[in-house]
This record gives sequence, C-alpha cells and structure tokens, in this order.
Amino acid sequence: MKKEWLARGIVALGLAIAVVIPAVGWWQQSQGIVVHAHMAETGGWTPENLTAEVGKPLHLRLTSDDVTHGFAVGQLDQPAVNVLPGEMTDITLAFDKPGKYTFYCTRWCSINHWRMRGTIEVTDPNIKVEPAKPPLYVTLGLNIDADHVTSVIYAQMPAAWRGALLNRAVPIEYTNRDYYLSHTPVDLWLALRSEPSFIDLTDKDVWDQVAWVWQSNTTPDEIQAGRELFAANCAACHGENGAGNGVFADQLAATTGNANSDTSMGAHTQRPADFTDPSHMLSVSPAHLQGKIIRGGMGTGMPYWGPVFTQDQTWALVAYLYSFQFDMEVLK
Amino acid sequence: MTRLQEIPWVEKVGLNEPAAQSQKRLQSPGRLNLYRLAWLRPLIESQWPQFLIRILTLAGFVFTIAGGLFGSLVGSHNIAIIFVWIAWWTALKLVFIPFGGRSWCSVCPIPLPGDWLQQGGVLETGRRRFGLNLRWPKRLRGSWMQSGGFLLIGLFSAVTLTDPQVTGWVLLALFGLAIGLSLVFEKRAFCTYLCPIGGFSGMYAQTSPLEVRIIEKEVCLRHDVKSCYQACPWGVYPVAFRDNSACGMCMECLRACPSDNLALNVRPFGTDLGRQKTSTRLDETFLALVMLGSVITFAAVFTGPWGWLKSAAFEIGSLSWFGYASAYLAINLLLLPAFFSMAVWAGQKFTGTWVSLKRAIATQAQVLLPLGLMAWIAFTISFALPKLSLVLGVLNDPFGWGWHLLGVTDIGRMVNTAGISMIFQMILLLVGLFWSASVSRKLSAKSEKKSPHLNLPVLAFSLIFTLAMLWLLVG
Repeated sequence: MKKEWLARGIVALGLAIAVVIPAVGWWQQSQGIVVHAHMAETGGWTPENLTAEVGKPLHLRLTSDDVTHGFAVGQLDQPAVNVLPGEMTDITLAFDKPGKYTFYCTRWCSINHWRMRGTIEVTDPNIKVEPAKPPLYVTLGLNIDADHVTSVIYAQMPAAWRGALLNRAVPIEYTNRDYYLSHTPVDLWLALRSEPSFIDLTDKDVWDQVAWVWQSNTTPDEIQAGRELFAANCAACHGENGAGNGVFADQLAATTGNANSDTSMGAHTQRPADFTDPSHMLSVSPAHLQGKIIRGGMGTGMPYWGPVFTQDQTWALVAYLYSFQFDMEVLK
Repeated sequence: MTRLQEIPWVEKVGLNEPAAQSQKRLQSPGRLNLYRLAWLRPLIESQWPQFLIRILTLAGFVFTIAGGLFGSLVGSHNIAIIFVWIAWWTALKLVFIPFGGRSWCSVCPIPLPGDWLQQGGVLETGRRRFGLNLRWPKRLRGSWMQSGGFLLIGLFSAVTLTDPQVTGWVLLALFGLAIGLSLVFEKRAFCTYLCPIGGFSGMYAQTSPLEVRIIEKEVCLRHDVKSCYQACPWGVYPVAFRDNSACGMCMECLRACPSDNLALNVRPFGTDLGRQKTSTRLDETFLALVMLGSVITFAAVFTGPWGWLKSAAFEIGSLSWFGYASAYLAINLLLLPAFFSMAVWAGQKFTGTWVSLKRAIATQAQVLLPLGLMAWIAFTISFALPKLSLVLGVLNDPFGWGWHLLGVTDIGRMVNTAGISMIFQMILLLVGLFWSASVSRKLSAKSEKKSPHLNLPVLAFSLIFTLAMLWLLVG
C-alpha cells in the first residue's frame, strides 16, 4: 500500500507541475500589458486603447498572432520596432506631453494595413490639455473634398534650377511662406504670367519660375525627410514613383464598383491619387494637400495621418509630393 | 487483429499441434528473448521505470494541452503544434512503430486515468473500482472506427496540424473520450476500437522486430488462473497471439506470469507478414488503404507546390474545402479500395488461384503494410525534418510568452535539409516497394500451387503507389 501511495504522490506531483508552470506564466502575463497584433481584417491591435501618465514609463510586450507587423507611436520620437509572430518584443514608452497618441503598424501587412491603429490616452494630473490649433486648411476654409482639375498645365516638366538661372526678381508677395502654403502652382503661374515685368518670358520660363518659388520654400533635407516618410507610409498604395500604382493599388481598385455586395473593410475605394498627373497636382495648394493627409477620406480609402505625423512631417511630405511635378534639383 | 473475445476459447485448441510449434519457437534461432537479459529484466519486471515514463508523458500531455489552449496562436512558437505534430509524430513514425510496434501505447498518457479508475489504483488494484465494465458492442469491433477517426483527422488536418488551440481541444477531447469510455466499457475500449493512432500502430506493429509471445503453450494451457489475461489492460490473451496488432507492449503479462513463460522477443522485421488469412474480415485492409490514401493526400497538401490545394484544405466549410474533402474521401473510400480489389481479383485470375475474393483481399492487404509504413516514414521526414530545430525553440519558450528556459535568446529558424532528406525519402520508398514485393512473393509461395506465379497486378498497385509518392515527395 505504501507503494501505491508513493505512486499516487508522484502522479499528483507530475500533474501539479504541469498545471502550475503554465498557470504561473499566465498570471505573470496578465500583470504586464501584452498587445497582440493581428491583420486589420482579423481585429488589428488587442487591446486597442491604452492609457498612460506623463512621466511614468509605459511598458508594453508586443506579439503578433499572424504575420510580421511593426509598432510605432505617432508624433513620438521613438524608432519603430518589429512585432514578430509568436515572439515577444518589449518596449518602453515615455511621454512628456499629455494627449491622445496613436500607435500604428509600420509593416505593409495586408491591404488594410493602415487600419491597424490604436490609441494611448496620456494624462497629466497637473496640466490641462490645450485645445489644438485648427490646421491651415480649416482656417482657410478649403473644401478638400471638391474636385480640382486645371486646364493650365506645362508642356515640359518645370525645373527649379532653370528658374534660378533666369535670375529674375519675383515680387515679394509671391515668395513669402504664407503665399506658398495657401496657393496652387497654377495660381502663381497665372499671377506671374500677368506680371508686366515677366512679359518677355515664355510660358515654360514662367513654369520654371513657379518651380523655383516652390523649391525656395523647402530645403533638400525637408524633401529627403518627405521622401522617407512617403516610402514608408504612402508608397504601398500611391507607388514609389507616386503614380498611384503601389502594390495595394490593384486590390483597392478591385473592391470598387461592387458597393452593394462587398461591405468589408477596404471596399468603396478608388484608385489612389496619381501625383505625377499635373492636371490634379498643379491645382492644389500645400494647405490643401496637408488637409488631405491629416484628415484622409475624400470618399476614398485614404487613411488619416493627423495623429501619426507631426506638423513638420506633414509639411515635409507635402514638399516632397511637389517633386513629382517639379525638378527640385538644387543648382550648385 | 485477434482478441480473446474473438477467438475460439483456448480449451478448444488441440494440445499436440501447439506443443510442436512451441518447441520449435524455443529453439528458433530467429528470436532473442530480451526478458532473459540480466540487465534489462529488472527494468521491465519493476513497474517503476515504465510508471515514471508514463508520468512524464502524462505531465507533458497536460502541459501541452495548456500550451495549446493558452499559449501563442502562432503554431511554430507553440509547444502543442511543435511537440505533438513535429517531435512526437516523428518519434512515433521513425522510432516507436518501426522498431517497437505498439511501444508508444505502453507509455501513452491518454488511457492512464481510465486504467487507474478501472483498477481502483495507480500501481495496485484497489478495493473501490469504477466503471460499468460493459462488453464493447460486437458490431463496433474491428478497426473500422479507427479508420473513420483517421479520415476525420484527415478532413480537418490542415487546421488541426497548424492551429494550437484546435490541437489543444483535440487532445483534450481524446483524453475525455478515453476516460469516459473506460468508465462504461471494460479494459481499453478507446485504445482498441477508437484511437486512430492505436489503429495504425497496431497494424504496422506486424512489421516491427519486437514481439511479446508465450514460450510454451502447454504451460499456459495447464495454468487455470490465466494471470496474464487478468493483468492485461487490453483484455488480450497472449496464447492467442498470431500477430502483434493487439498487443500494447505494456509488459504486464510478463510481470504477471508465475511460470516465467512469456518472452519479449527481438525478431526479423516483418515476421508477422506473409501468412494466408483465414478470416474474411476487411477492416485491416480498409485501414491499410486509408493510410495509403491519406499519406498521398497529405504529401500533396503539405509538401506539394499547389497553393490552391493548401488553401482548399485550410478553409474549412468553404466550397473549395468541400471539394478537397470530397476528393479525399473519394480516394480513400472509392478509388483505392476499387483499384486494390481489382488488382487482387486480377491477381487471382493471373495466378490461377481461387479462394474467396474477400479472403484474398484480406490476405493481400499484408502487401500494403510495408508500403504504407515506409511511405509514412518518408513523408514524415519530408515535412518534419526541416522543422526539428523549432523543437528547441518551444523548449526554450513553450507558450510563446517570451520565456528563455534554456537561456537562449535567438534560436535558428528552419534548417535546410532538402538534399539529404530527399535521398532518405527515395531510399525509404524503394525499401517499402521491395519489402512489399517480398511479402507478395512469400504469399505466392504459400499458395497450394506447385509453380506459383508472382502476383503481378498487386505488385503493379504497389509500384504505382510508390511512383506517385516519389513524384510527390522527391519530384
């Protein structure tokens, strides 16, 4: 009988070990915040909404349940990390300003990749959140949903360096930052065309002059920053060459036209905008483009980037978008 | 498979004929009785080594279920997928079955709680026993339900083999079913009639080089108590063994025999094969064909280059999955049985023998055993070998919770073993073909005719199967 009791003890011990180890692990898991990543079609981030306090570090354990994802927090100076299937990535976030932050996926994981977003509500008991200033397109009262096509376009791609070589004084009212932000290239071209002092210039010269003004409102560094942001966030749909033919473009287009039958995410969208098309690009102002980027929508599948990009990042992106129209090469 | 309930009671067996046979066996140079080895005997005689291994597998099983249900959803990082379908399956197919027949059954954790409840104790029989102890219904005997169970696994295999939660639930269901059945029926009803693994393990055990057999039949016949039968958790009587298929290799009979009249023999591979069958039961034939049909289908789905086939097998409930399911069932229930029956029928015509077709089919099915066993080993090597490195990964982090139990932070991904594994697979498939041909030759030689012909139609069936597997695995 002793033998039997010993055997029973061993059975109990074996089972206890087999149950206790996972249970302890499970309990430990539930102590930290584990964020699971799924493709947007199967749920996106879980949990989706997190909270934190200013000055208190937020520890997150990130894991993917399907494919490789990435994790970054918008408007926070922290490099993106990979979130690998079945593995844990530890990350510590620190916030020095209260507000509602957006975290998002940085890998093109599926056609609805951009929908993989969640929020971190950061509070500071001492500071009241100041209401954000409305963006420029709101102040200007622009209707960013309106159709915009121009009939005035160039015959040859304008080049900023040719405009610089003309060495003509552009009236000061056209070269200041406010004018640039709130006017379209066509506005400027029409204004310069009717300038008496530019009467001797050809239409092409005026376009080069416009390109020069646009270039003088940015810097090579800003354009480079815009190029990087575009490659990471926009090229999946808009294409690396800006022609609206990214890897997801065909899939997006395929969901158009069957609004009744397909109500899944990503439906009711149209082809991504083609930035190489002058009739559209020359008729939008930087403020207009900024509006489209931060608000998204326009009845298309365009995501909203407001909570993700800082204001500088958005302006850098806008400056880069015009390089699909103008040769922004700097004359040395 | 012959079980005590299904054979004429042993008293009816003549005394003289078995006496001569057992004399022959005692002297047989083809056997080595491991139970006589001084260093090994205590390890078998004592219940403890086996008991400790069983506790290890039981704890591992419970741990694996927990991993499946609560661990990472990513199969390659979950112990339930990697341990069950890569590590255990490889060990079962490459070691336990080919070398030890049903040896896995002897340490399998699934029936243990049921056994303990039935005998009212873990190692010793207790006073309070549980269970109704009913006889298994006669109509449900044989391996039909095991074949059905395997077909069921096959239908959902793509998901079961990759989704940790599904694997966890399947294991839990098997555990519950085994315990439940042991409370209703006598002995190991689940293992004998339902467990799909037990089904093919028993069938392929006939090829294995390990057997438990009695030494002298007269000793058994004179013994009134039949302690071996009393002790056997499977309810089989060793005197009745014609082949290995019903023996769970648990060694209880060796421990129980007061006359030391049982042997654990090492014997040549495939010893049980090549006998004319007297029975017309086709359950084993059907199981052998299901195993062939399944390995062909799995090789096409898991190792083949057809993405559409993979997604059809994965998308359970979709139209394409119904297509896959119908094709899989058609291969196993119609095509292979029809082709094999035709081959046997043609073989009868060709060799000019005429026993009843059912008996001929049951006999010729033995040709399919080496063929199927080797095909399964080859297939297992093809899909499991490159993933064996993942075993280390799940030992380090069984649930995908970021643990470092082995202290390793980065474990290599899949290893490229394509070259060597292909050569292995080719050799194994060819060994299977030649082995089955030799079983076929043995069967022909046993026919009553003076100058027996080779059974070419059945050999052609084996050849076509081997070529198909070679094409699927090696390309």
